[in-house]
Amino acid sequence: MYAQALDQKDKGPAVIEDPERLARFEARCAADEKIEPKDWMPEAYRRTLIRQVSQHAHSEVIGMQPEGNWVTRAPSLKRKAVLLSKIQDEAGHGLYLYSACETLGVSREEVVEALLAGKAKYSSIFNYPTLNWADMGAIGWLVDGAAIMNQIPLCRCSYGPYARAMIRICKEESFHQRQGYEIMLTLARGTPAQKAMAQDALNRWWWPCLMMFGPPDAVSEHSSESMRWKIKRFSNDDLRQKFIDATVPQGLFLGLTFPDPELKFNEATEHWETGPIDWSEFKRVLAGEGPCNRQRMRVRRQTEADGAWVREAARVHAKKRAARQALQAAE
Amino acid sequence: MSEQSKTEEPMPLYEVFIRPKAGLSHKHVGSLHAIDDTMALHMARDVYTRRAEGVSIWVVRSNLIAASDPVDKDMLFEPTASKIYRHPTFYEVPEEVGHM
Repeated sequence: MYAQALDQKDKGPAVIEDPERLARFEARCAADEKIEPKDWMPEAYRRTLIRQVSQHAHSEVIGMQPEGNWVTRAPSLKRKAVLLSKIQDEAGHGLYLYSACETLGVSREEVVEALLAGKAKYSSIFNYPTLNWADMGAIGWLVDGAAIMNQIPLCRCSYGPYARAMIRICKEESFHQRQGYEIMLTLARGTPAQKAMAQDALNRWWWPCLMMFGPPDAVSEHSSESMRWKIKRFSNDDLRQKFIDATVPQGLFLGLTFPDPELKFNEATEHWETGPIDWSEFKRVLAGEGPCNRQRMRVRRQTEADGAWVREAARVHAKKRAARQALQAAE
Repeated sequence: MSEQSKTEEPMPLYEVFIRPKAGLSHKHVGSLHAIDDTMALHMARDVYTRRAEGVSIWVVRSNLIAASDPVDKDMLFEPTASKIYRHPTFYEVPEEVGHM
């Protein structure tokens, strides 16, 4: 998802690297050694990671919006407490990732600025609206399920700080996915109206979730470099297939149907096969024409502006306290 | 908005260390930005201990940490590789003597 940045071409200027250092770096990657912040690394490796990790962080932060939509309308206090702590986790994930990104020599201000200016992307999935309560179930079960599929291989990423952040995140995502499935199960076993809500959510989220894994391998722009450098470890299609195989039986257990008349189990390959994915929709959403792109960016910019006085107050307070302490020390 | 954040003074970076439980050492878990030590401790609690990960937190301004340079790695750590006699497995103890 969350790895969509790896499908973009590196647009930075070409850098001629010292061949000896480059060879040593390649050997370390090939030997599955971890690269740490102060180690020498090729400029393209650094740039790819800054793009990937910062966009991953932005996705976590923007991802709070579709769920925030239902906090005040959660059906019970229990569901509300769970939803709040899930949203708090997303903020935490964003912070772990921004910290990991900063170890690559870029400042927090620069990466946040790139998002606010519309230069950096975030996962396409968060540009879809959350129209009914069952969407909280579908997001946890499907969106977080797809995220886990993507993120587990990232736990073994060659860049140490990113890999460590991913390990923490994966542990927490597991709660997200299970609570989402539980919401779906409760609705699916509820009244016909409740089951219809669950079905409606599945119908709307299924295809966008399959798109989260990025374009098919045949047209993906990602370089073989990110595979060789052990940033990306599986292809988009491989991860998507894993997700489909894991998820279809879970949906059938709920007694729901998938919005794909061509979905069938291939006995020979033992894989579930879907109908064709509408990639023109994916392109539109990435280009800013999804249902909620403008709203998400507007809210994000507004939040940044609304928080300015809090940050300013913290700065002034810290200065005042430091001055008072200096005065006391002098007495 | 975006104009604003450009003029804002960046908040200092802190490294966060957590003691998972009594009897274990504090371990580095990540970093965060805060204006002072008090705020860094509050934020570390919220960001890094949401699931009872620790019983104690240390925060320290990143620019106060002195670190060895990876370039010096061989010079600093390579000599120990040849001193295998510093490990117990270097010495042979007859089987009859038993566990030592």
